[in-house]
Amino acid sequence: MDAKSPPIADPHAFLAAQVRWRPIEIAFWLATLLPFVLSPSYLVLASHVAIAALFALSLDLILGYAGIISLGHAAFFGFGAYTAGILAKAGWGEPLSGLAGGACAALLLGYVTSFIVTRVSHLSLIMVTLGICLLFYEGANRMGWLTGGDDGLQGVVMWPLLGRFDFDLYGYVAYAYALVALFVSFLAVRRLIHSPFGLSLRGIRENVRRMPAIGAPTRRRLRTAYTISAGFAGLAGALLAQTSQFVALEVLSFQRSAEILVMLVLGGAGRLYGGLVGAIIFMVARDQLADMNPQYWYFWLGLLLITVVMFLPNGILGGLAQLLARWRAS
Amino acid sequence: MIAHFIGVLFDGFAYGMLLFVLSVGLSVTLGMMNFINLAHGSFAMIGGYTAVTLMQAAGVPFLLTLPAAFLIAAAASVVLERALYRRLYRATDLDQSLLTIGIVFVSIAVAAWLFGTTQQPVELPSYLRGYVTLAGIDLGVYRLFLVAVALIITLALVAGLEYTRFGAQVRAAVDNQRMARGLGINVDGVFALTFALGSGLAGLGGALAIEMVGLDPSFAFKFLVFVLIVVSLGGLASIRGTFAAATLLGVIDVASKYYAPQLGAFVIYLVMIAVLMWRPAGLFARR
Repeated sequence: MDAKSPPIADPHAFLAAQVRWRPIEIAFWLATLLPFVLSPSYLVLASHVAIAALFALSLDLILGYAGIISLGHAAFFGFGAYTAGILAKAGWGEPLSGLAGGACAALLLGYVTSFIVTRVSHLSLIMVTLGICLLFYEGANRMGWLTGGDDGLQGVVMWPLLGRFDFDLYGYVAYAYALVALFVSFLAVRRLIHSPFGLSLRGIRENVRRMPAIGAPTRRRLRTAYTISAGFAGLAGALLAQTSQFVALEVLSFQRSAEILVMLVLGGAGRLYGGLVGAIIFMVARDQLADMNPQYWYFWLGLLLITVVMFLPNGILGGLAQLLARWRAS
Repeated sequence: MIAHFIGVLFDGFAYGMLLFVLSVGLSVTLGMMNFINLAHGSFAMIGGYTAVTLMQAAGVPFLLTLPAAFLIAAAASVVLERALYRRLYRATDLDQSLLTIGIVFVSIAVAAWLFGTTQQPVELPSYLRGYVTLAGIDLGVYRLFLVAVALIITLALVAGLEYTRFGAQVRAAVDNQRMARGLGINVDGVFALTFALGSGLAGLGGALAIEMVGLDPSFAFKFLVFVLIVVSLGGLASIRGTFAAATLLGVIDVASKYYAPQLGAFVIYLVMIAVLMWRPAGLFARR
């Protein structure tokens, strides 16, 4: 909600209008099925996009709605990925329970670290989130016997999904699996955002001092949001480990945290679909530019960041919404 | 054994002094404008590449490249401040972080394009190489030089802040920006000058760092982490705090690399998180 928005006359109608499914949303989700028919050769990329979208969605929960800036969200993504990967390597390759395991491990880690994160703000907050992520990166790097260290975790073997569908080379099963996980998570996050809990998060984002005055326990709310967000990030990481049957050390890197931040901000933070749209644009652009030297890719990435901050403060979706509002007003 | 331990302490102290020169500018500018500048490491990298280029292409002696590194980094920071930073002084933490991360990425790409991704060699003059032995302890001449430079800078900064008119304006702007504006101090101008000075010091630090830690395009990010740790531990806008935090970090880092190499950078990150848990505003916070 903008600070400029007028006072709401009928809160019940306002809440009901927010929860209602709009036609464009249904069209969006139907469009996610298109890769199956239009571009079967890009299904692996499509599954990566779905995973990135889920990761961005988890970050949106704390950054867009609760206002917690994290430069180390990859810690949970990587923790989920390694948990699922190590489970499969140790001989338990059942996908769904592995997925739940990765998510639960990240959830637990999120709960523990939430006590640290909600204590600090401003620069200290950025440093603590970054520090936790760096700590895990160093840890995974040093514990080569468990994680494979720099070479990545190899020998991850997944059993067929639901005992029937094998993960194929073309990514049919992988994309379907990732898409279903994304959609279910999206429904959960959407429900959460429009609940009184979600509203109180937005209240905290807008004014952290005033919320306790109306009886909202801000710290506890932020801790809950952080924990849930960590769980979804772990889910995304576990998906990546299972569909690619490999875990690179890079899942814990600062670059991954920064990239997911870029995707979210590019699409528009605090808009539910921002992370999804940002992930699609970002991942497709990177795939198209992948032939170029990775150094040059960083140049464009940096330029993109600067441009978004200077000219598109609310991301692509924010810019579109503004255009739409202007068009309606005229 | 004891001699070895003292040698490690000295190395750590010298490393800490390097970190101090790299981070003191960020501490002051952050304290004044609350602007989260994650591109501070990029200015250090500019200084480093300036020194290397001058030495290799023009044969300028090492000592003369140091002021050049200071000037070029300061000039680059003025350009960026005028063009980009000043529009975001009142923006959110997130926007500031994103803009400056973007600058870091661009600077890494440009450095890789101009100079390649290999480590840059640096040729020290003979009088800065080798060791002197003092009471049975070997001390690197370059490290002694580093300590001397850092101590001179510290004294100059403290004296400048305490006894000059400009220093008083800086202190006023840090303590209470609105009041300072009300008294007719041109806070934006003071800030721009402080920012240039701080970035120049980072550039100097970058040139001094090559001999000890090398220089490649990832420098901008690698040192950013260390610099941010120093700043967040030392507390904002505190020269004393930055000095103490840099020394502490330098000694812990070097000592843990000597005595527990398998832990790597683990110790540093743990110490940082623990200290921020204990005192979220830093060890020596003014506020």
